[in-house]
Amino acid sequence: MGEKMLMKGNEAIGEAAIKAGCRFFFGYPITPQNELPEYMSRRLPEVGGVFLQAESEVAAINMVYGASCAGGRVMTSSSSPGISLKQEGISYLAGSELPAVIVNIVRGGPGLGGIQPAQSDYFQATRGGGHGDYRTLVYAPSTIQEMVDLVMMAFDKADAYRNPVLVLGDGILGQMMEPVEFPDEPPPEPLAKPWATTGAEGRPPNIISSIILDPELLDKHNWHLMEKYEQIRKKETRWEIYDPYEAEIFLVAYGTMARVARAAIEAAHSRGIDCGLVRPITLWPFPERAFDELADRARAYLSVEMSTGQMVDDVKIAAAGRAPVYFYGRAGGVVPSPAEIVKKIELIFEEIKGGSKRA
Amino acid sequence: MDKRVVFDEERCKGCELCVTFCPKNIIYLADRLNRQGYRPATVTEQEKCISCAICARMCPDCAIEVYKH
Amino acid sequence: MRKIFERPKSLAEAAQHYCPGCTHGIVHRLVAEAVDELGLAGRTIGVSPVGCSVFAYNYFNLDFVQAAHGRAPAVATGLKRVLPDRVVFTYQGDGDLASIGAAEIVHAAARGEKITVVFVNNAIYGMTGGQMAPTTLVGQKTTTSPYGRQQEVAGYPIRVAEMLSTMEGAAYIARVAVISPQSVARARKAMLKAFTAQLEGKGFSLVEVLSTCPTNWGMTPVEALKWVETAMMPVFPLGVFRDWEVGEA
Repeated sequence: MGEKMLMKGNEAIGEAAIKAGCRFFFGYPITPQNELPEYMSRRLPEVGGVFLQAESEVAAINMVYGASCAGGRVMTSSSSPGISLKQEGISYLAGSELPAVIVNIVRGGPGLGGIQPAQSDYFQATRGGGHGDYRTLVYAPSTIQEMVDLVMMAFDKADAYRNPVLVLGDGILGQMMEPVEFPDEPPPEPLAKPWATTGAEGRPPNIISSIILDPELLDKHNWHLMEKYEQIRKKETRWEIYDPYEAEIFLVAYGTMARVARAAIEAAHSRGIDCGLVRPITLWPFPERAFDELADRARAYLSVEMSTGQMVDDVKIAAAGRAPVYFYGRAGGVVPSPAEIVKKIELIFEEIKGGSKRA
Repeated sequence: MDKRVVFDEERCKGCELCVTFCPKNIIYLADRLNRQGYRPATVTEQEKCISCAICARMCPDCAIEVYKH
Repeated sequence: MRKIFERPKSLAEAAQHYCPGCTHGIVHRLVAEAVDELGLAGRTIGVSPVGCSVFAYNYFNLDFVQAAHGRAPAVATGLKRVLPDRVVFTYQGDGDLASIGAAEIVHAAARGEKITVVFVNNAIYGMTGGQMAPTTLVGQKTTTSPYGRQQEVAGYPIRVAEMLSTMEGAAYIARVAVISPQSVARARKAMLKAFTAQLEGKGFSLVEVLSTCPTNWGMTPVEALKWVETAMMPVFPLGVFRDWEVGEA
């Protein structure tokens, strides 16, 4: 690894993308992610790339579509309302099987909402988000270093699966500074893209399209996509189990919320209740296997979110009735404090009694 | 004689744009249907064709080839 | 005996799905002829719209991308920025370009995006069944303006060529028709010039083609050609509105 440097989250995403060989960025201003397009507008010309500020998020995602058709390594970023606008394009990317990396620095909604950090785009990110039967790989880093690592990986996965990949952050991760290291070695040669529309010299024309009017063929295409998503589910699901106290109560949290959850775990420990943490790193695919691993001893799960309860649905599916699932969340840009979470943990502890509260 | 204007009758949709613009007025719709159900444009008086290719340039379906002796 | 007219090589053999007498077919051929004449087949990428010409990719022997409704200029921008030495064109109808895609076309022109736009204006939505378009004439009956387009309710048609000709990024903007052998010959020249503008890196180029929709206009193909001349051309005059070689026309 190279030299350690202090970087702001949004800028670290930009540098990670450039280190991963991304040379094209199309974006539109929206708070709280502006440092990222600003960074790209400065850095991409230095490395022979193109930064273009589009007339709208809708145009930006369609520029991404075109650049991806041409075989370029391409990225866009936005925040919640802007991502809603990009969803049409993301559906087209998925339908046409085109790689692209899309960063969502999530803010509170619905509507124009606010600009403070939130996790209320979980449903949108993990259920496809746009129209049609599709999924996108969704990374949810919780440190700036992890952001760098996952953004770099996102480009390779997008190419490998010919599918859009989302990276979810929020204003806290975007604005905070942490030391990061970038790999010294140049990025691996990107995959050949014989499907790209680059001009049909010496080969039959390539066509990139998502319109399939024959229902039998469209059905087949959908099942082909599902097979691909199944591969992603098998090979790309990532999570971390943090379990310093061999706990029976497990918090489930990602991104910024996972950082707060760790603090809550320490606070609960000092009050005599031991908890662990399941931290999904991919939100889709959701790490159901983590819950299988814990099935023998987890007596309760607590999904902690910066929303009114979205991931908790996936936690319930993953827990599959083997342990009760609780929820604690704040919305609109309020970040649950460790103290609030501990209070909830104590209530759960009371409910499931017989827990291993230390004397 | 060799034909000067050749219609791909199966492509023809009988729109009559060629009929309208032929300066020699020799194109007409045949009294039969092609597989699409259209009466295809045709020419019998090939010797009157001046190979101007106006019919082909007005044909939306690229159904006409034109030859010159 | 020598062949003096045949299908251009860049136009595919596939039979086109357009209605009898629809002039899309002529415009397709003019695009293919321009690509062939300039020797660009191996390095041209087309972008098809949503509308009647959504399947244009089936009708050209060229690399092709199908774009979301109205977004072809944005998709073309992405293609061109990655592949600046290739030739990129969009093929769009009036609903796609002048209604839902109004922002994308204006900004592609303003940026001087080095793409060529073939804009087929037939004053109606064809594919969806003859609804009012942004270019529908005042008084024109469509399935969503059954009393004729009333300006009090639905305003006025947009003159795309004139509007875009105010853009400094535009190198070449022309409006042509394909209603007679003479007008087709002029349209062919405009198409060549538009692609030349791109090849020479002069900026954005657009050819607006007044076209017919006999089916949704409720006319025979021959009547439809006449309607272009008598009803459309007074509102949408033909001409070159911007030409980098002669300055603003």
